[in-house]
Amino acid sequence: MSSVQIQQSKAVWESPQFKKRLKKRNAAELRFKYYGLGAVILGLIFVLSLFVSIAVNGFSSFWQTQAQIDIYFDPDTLNADDLAGANYGKLVKQAMYKQFPDVTKRNEKRELSRIISIGASFILQRMVINDPSLIGTTQTLWFPVDDEFDMLYKHDIGRNVESGAPSRLSINQIIWFDQMVDRGSIESRFNKTFFTAGDSREPELAGLRGALTGSFLMILVTLLISFPVGAAGACYLEEFAPRNKLTDLIEININNLAAVPSVVFGLLGLAVFINFFGLPRSVPLVGGLVLSLMTIPTIIIAGRAALRAIPPSIREGALALGASKTQTVMQEVVPLAMPGFLTGTIIGLAQALGETAPLLMIGMVAFIVDIPSGPLDPSTALPVQIFLWADSPERAFLEKTSGVILILLSLLITMNVVAVYLRRKFERRW
Amino acid sequence: MNAWTLTIILLVMSSLFYAVAKKRSLRIAEDIGGIRYLHSAPRYYGVVAAALFAVPALSVLGLWVSVDENIIVRMVLSEFFADMQSADQAEKDWLVSQIQIYAHTGQLLATENAQVLKAAADRYQHLVDQSETLRNASILVLGAVISFVFVLFISAKIRARVIAESIIKLFLLASSLIAIFTTIGIVLSVLFEAILFFQKIPVRDFLFGLEWSPQIAIREDQVGSSGLFGSVPLFTGTLLVAGVAMSVAVPVGLLSAIYLAEYASTKVRSFAKPALEILAGVPTVVYGFFAILVVAPLLRDFGLVLGLDIARESALAAGVVMGIMIIPFVSSLTDDVITALPQSIREASLACGATKSETIKKVVLPAALPGIVGSLLLAVSRAIGETMIVLMAAGLAARLTANPLESVTTVTVQIVTLLVGDQEFDSAKTLAAFALGLTLFVATLLLNVTALYIVRKYSEQYE
Repeated sequence: MSSVQIQQSKAVWESPQFKKRLKKRNAAELRFKYYGLGAVILGLIFVLSLFVSIAVNGFSSFWQTQAQIDIYFDPDTLNADDLAGANYGKLVKQAMYKQFPDVTKRNEKRELSRIISIGASFILQRMVINDPSLIGTTQTLWFPVDDEFDMLYKHDIGRNVESGAPSRLSINQIIWFDQMVDRGSIESRFNKTFFTAGDSREPELAGLRGALTGSFLMILVTLLISFPVGAAGACYLEEFAPRNKLTDLIEININNLAAVPSVVFGLLGLAVFINFFGLPRSVPLVGGLVLSLMTIPTIIIAGRAALRAIPPSIREGALALGASKTQTVMQEVVPLAMPGFLTGTIIGLAQALGETAPLLMIGMVAFIVDIPSGPLDPSTALPVQIFLWADSPERAFLEKTSGVILILLSLLITMNVVAVYLRRKFERRW
Repeated sequence: MNAWTLTIILLVMSSLFYAVAKKRSLRIAEDIGGIRYLHSAPRYYGVVAAALFAVPALSVLGLWVSVDENIIVRMVLSEFFADMQSADQAEKDWLVSQIQIYAHTGQLLATENAQVLKAAADRYQHLVDQSETLRNASILVLGAVISFVFVLFISAKIRARVIAESIIKLFLLASSLIAIFTTIGIVLSVLFEAILFFQKIPVRDFLFGLEWSPQIAIREDQVGSSGLFGSVPLFTGTLLVAGVAMSVAVPVGLLSAIYLAEYASTKVRSFAKPALEILAGVPTVVYGFFAILVVAPLLRDFGLVLGLDIARESALAAGVVMGIMIIPFVSSLTDDVITALPQSIREASLACGATKSETIKKVVLPAALPGIVGSLLLAVSRAIGETMIVLMAAGLAARLTANPLESVTTVTVQIVTLLVGDQEFDSAKTLAAFALGLTLFVATLLLNVTALYIVRKYSEQYE
């Protein structure tokens, strides 16, 4: 550039219009950057609020408010001939009446006895049947209180009648409960029921063990089917398949199946497994079959990536030593790709564990109290339990729902951490 | 001995045949001067023997289990209730379940025809037992004979490795064909029921009808139960929720992908990218609960401040939460596309004096556009097919509205609600779910195929 030209351009750069424009452009640059930063922060806020709101609501579900009462195992009530059918509720009621001798009116007595969960009589029944020598003695025992009182003790919910939320608690019940708290006979204890019991209509007696077992059985079925089939499919497509129309068709199908809505898989399960093959409804076997079909594409895609990462020199080395194609793949390539297969399988299973919609359609939403003992027993699953409890009107189930979500999320996080660990540990640079 | 124990016995037996065949091939090898004179290594003889035992046995078992119940029921019905041949299916089903329950538990559900029923149940039980014995015996004999013949004929010339390898390859091929069978299964199961549905309800009424109330009136004067299957309100509801979701996910997802790919330091990127991707791993039912627990009340309070009345279950709440769920789909796919672009095009633009944001807006984004469009289409398909969030947070009222503050219902929600609970399989109500499933499948299929096509066609043009 000649000096005249430089003079001219300098005049342009230093002109007020140019400076104004540059300022505007720089401001736009900064604004754009902050939009991006804002979007990232907003996304992170979403993540945080999701986890925090559920954790805050859910942690209290691992504790349960329990009341201490002295139970007199009255031989008059417990007829030795019919221990299973005796009136255990009466023992609890009598113990409560003894604690509050001034309560005499019938309806007040009824209100008083409602403080203790109706599950107390089942606990007593089990104790007496296991050990009949208890009859005639007096024992100091802890029982869960009714869910309304649980909420009252934990979160002070239900104390203010005006606060809008309808409460089943009467003034008297709250006064009696406060008296028990003052006497020290109310305590918050670890909620063992939550982990050992099946579902129940009473929030204080409901647990997630049925759902947990159901989910476990289902994931087991899914693992047993989807891992061998997925790994074999990946091997075929990556190592053996000739380039032809059939292979292309399979590939298109796999990519597309990975994006089919899960509710459509539910329709498939209902129409094929239940209506056509006549398998029973609500059982983990059918759930596992449907989830396998959803998981197989994931495993095939991950498995193919793992196989592709193995350098051809491994295969050529084996072939040069006289191994057949199948021997090369089975004895050299597959063992090296195994970590990739496993990572893909774990991630696929983690997806399957959180899947809800297809399970609703094959009838796994039934209210099931018993804990399933095999893949052909009716059961629910963890995500379905979340759906069922989230629908319940009781305030106490809200807390339980968050509790189950915490368990489910920690399972998923564990699985993903294992997958990442496996990938890091066995990752090889060739 | 039920089917499960039989399967275990079959597996044990087949490993037994593996051992026997291997042993025999070793013995033959000894006679001819060592295993180097065998065509294949001894274990391949074992593998072939085991497969020859297990494969026919297991396939016969599978076939038997899936048909025997039907045949037995038909035999019993024709023997004892010959006059029922013309009766309708429901009556036959009722009869069959009576027979089965009596055979299993000894309980009679009805008192009429008690004698005939008891006799039929005895006959049924007898046939079931007979069929089981016959099945077990025939399977074991069939497998054992085939495998035993092979063991007898083992010689140095039998090319056991070739046979074993083709069996393995067949298994691999069959495994990869599962994907095709799944698709065929989906299409057939949805299509058949949908065709039955369209025989009852004309396609035009379904696609263009403006009113959806699938309850079929039992009485003439029943309110709100007209049995109308106009699916337009469902489509608009689906689109409304998906629209809200996309208007949350697209700006947040795109901008954060651009920021993470172009501006963020490695440290920020390595933390923020996985943190955002956590959102993709959270089960949808958790989002649904988050919507009713946090987002819906929050929006409602916010609406009260502005003087708006937002329904407890609204398209807005469901859409916002679904948008949060989709953010990682948009952001990570966009991020992949942007980072795949060659550095040189950015440098060229910067060298011309463009600022970084101008480079991004005028050069990077246009170049990445096909990939971004593909990822957005995938996100839309995900939003349309999402079930749990809308089921929990958007409501059930089929309303033809464009107002996101009201409650709407979607295709997926209706599929689930029509099929959950008691249902008879032939009613238009149940079949409607499959018709909806067909439309959903076709819509998402088109979106996915288009998206994959766009991504594939334009992804490599800069390499």
